[in-house]
Amino acid sequence: MNTVFLTHNKIRLALHELRNGSGRPLLLLHGLGEPSTARVPSWATPWTGPIHALDFTGHGASTVPPGGGYGAELLLADADIALGALGEATVAGRGLGAYIALMLAGARPQRVRGAILLDGPGLAGGAVGPTSQSFVNLARSMTSPDQYALLELSHDLRPPDYATQFVRLAVQGSGLDEPIAVTGIVRPPWLAAVVDEVGVVTATIDEALATFAAV
Amino acid sequence: MALGDYPGAVTPAREYHLDVGGLQLAVHEWGSAEDAPLFLVHGGFDFARTYDVFAPLLAAEGWRVVSWDQRGHGDSEHAPLYAWDGDLRDAMAVMDSVTTRPAPVIGHSKGGALMINLADAQPYRFTHVVNLDGIPYKRRLPDVSDHERTRMMGSDITDWLDHRHTTATASRKPGAFEDLARRRGRMNPRLSHEWLCHLVSVGAREDVDGWRWKIDPSMRFGGFGPWRPEWTINRLPGLAMPFLGVLGREQEEMGWGTLAHHVLPYLPIGGRCEVLGDVGHFVHIERPDHVATMVLEFLAGTA
Repeated sequence: MNTVFLTHNKIRLALHELRNGSGRPLLLLHGLGEPSTARVPSWATPWTGPIHALDFTGHGASTVPPGGGYGAELLLADADIALGALGEATVAGRGLGAYIALMLAGARPQRVRGAILLDGPGLAGGAVGPTSQSFVNLARSMTSPDQYALLELSHDLRPPDYATQFVRLAVQGSGLDEPIAVTGIVRPPWLAAVVDEVGVVTATIDEALATFAAV
Repeated sequence: MALGDYPGAVTPAREYHLDVGGLQLAVHEWGSAEDAPLFLVHGGFDFARTYDVFAPLLAAEGWRVVSWDQRGHGDSEHAPLYAWDGDLRDAMAVMDSVTTRPAPVIGHSKGGALMINLADAQPYRFTHVVNLDGIPYKRRLPDVSDHERTRMMGSDITDWLDHRHTTATASRKPGAFEDLARRRGRMNPRLSHEWLCHLVSVGAREDVDGWRWKIDPSMRFGGFGPWRPEWTINRLPGLAMPFLGVLGREQEEMGWGTLAHHVLPYLPIGGRCEVLGDVGHFVHIERPDHVATMVLEFLAGTA
């Protein structure tokens, strides 16, 4: 496995090349609290092109910053830095990574040739609106994953009407009829709303990989 | 007269850095360390020394006035990450370092909104909440179709992401001392040039190629996200501590656009909202004596 480090503001992001090759890359985005896998996961083996995996800020081999301050939008920017290094890519995300994959598909619709949303840690996120809240300061730890990442990204707000905006951006900008494929079983409110949008297909992972490989 | 001197502006009696989870936050205090503490929380793109005139007026009446530069602002460390929750935790750490007892808290703009959130989540920290033109209401959205609104959101996201590709090497634009004051004046058209020069003298630094604002260049106005301004005002009615809101009637770019009739239905029991005519978003800078008197009377009257 080859790893390159990309710079996102004060963070060094680890981007792992799990399999080299020619053709459009598949970018894997991990779930909350897990690092990228060191090998190509079995579900991704049908992909014929190169496969890369990103460690989000505070995860895996990427920087663990002091003081927390995580949000899904920060991780979207992490993924966008990786996309900038790879060029055009198909993106597959697990759990939290599925939410980020959706956001990236909407944010960079011309570069993301399909986003595959899989079950995984951090899929649900937090509330869909304001709730009673608790805030705690944690002792500083340099170990990965960052405890602030676990704390903050497990309750980040994910209103369904916010998530669906990214679907609409992906449909408007990608030129694909169905740029989002949902393969997961679980449907938290944001994902249930996404599935109901035009441009989203439910599929098996193999079907989604085959579909996006062909676009 | 030194560069940036301003009538009534007082350098804090004590300035130090506090380690908060590995980040160095700059804390500024006016008044005697033996007096009862009172916290001042600044707004976005501001810094604690914007209270250089207002804070001494409170300190003169027997308060230990404590403020701090939020992460990335003023003399505090430029952080890798910025978020609302991070700012709230930093506030908790500063408060914990000063006192374990409840204290009055005054917040301006974003600082006021943060403190509404913290007072709702941790009311035991607060004896009083004073909010200086810092009650977010509804976002002022243009009257356009859903399709167009989605396209505008896409443009905002693209701009923000493009900016994130540049932040690792970004730096604030240098300029002559008075140029920085004039640039700031475009965002704060109601504030005097002399005051803006004072802000430059404490909120900027002189490099070999000119003066630069100290604020982290990775931060910028705008952005996007799921947060809705009205979620803050919904926390207001439940506050149990005495509450005073002060709004400036004149609307400015850096303000929330919140009007009295937006706030009044959400006031907590016994809460007050005062509107100052011919005053903009920076109520405590435009009318420091008036607002300080109002605050001191409020604190004395609801002790």
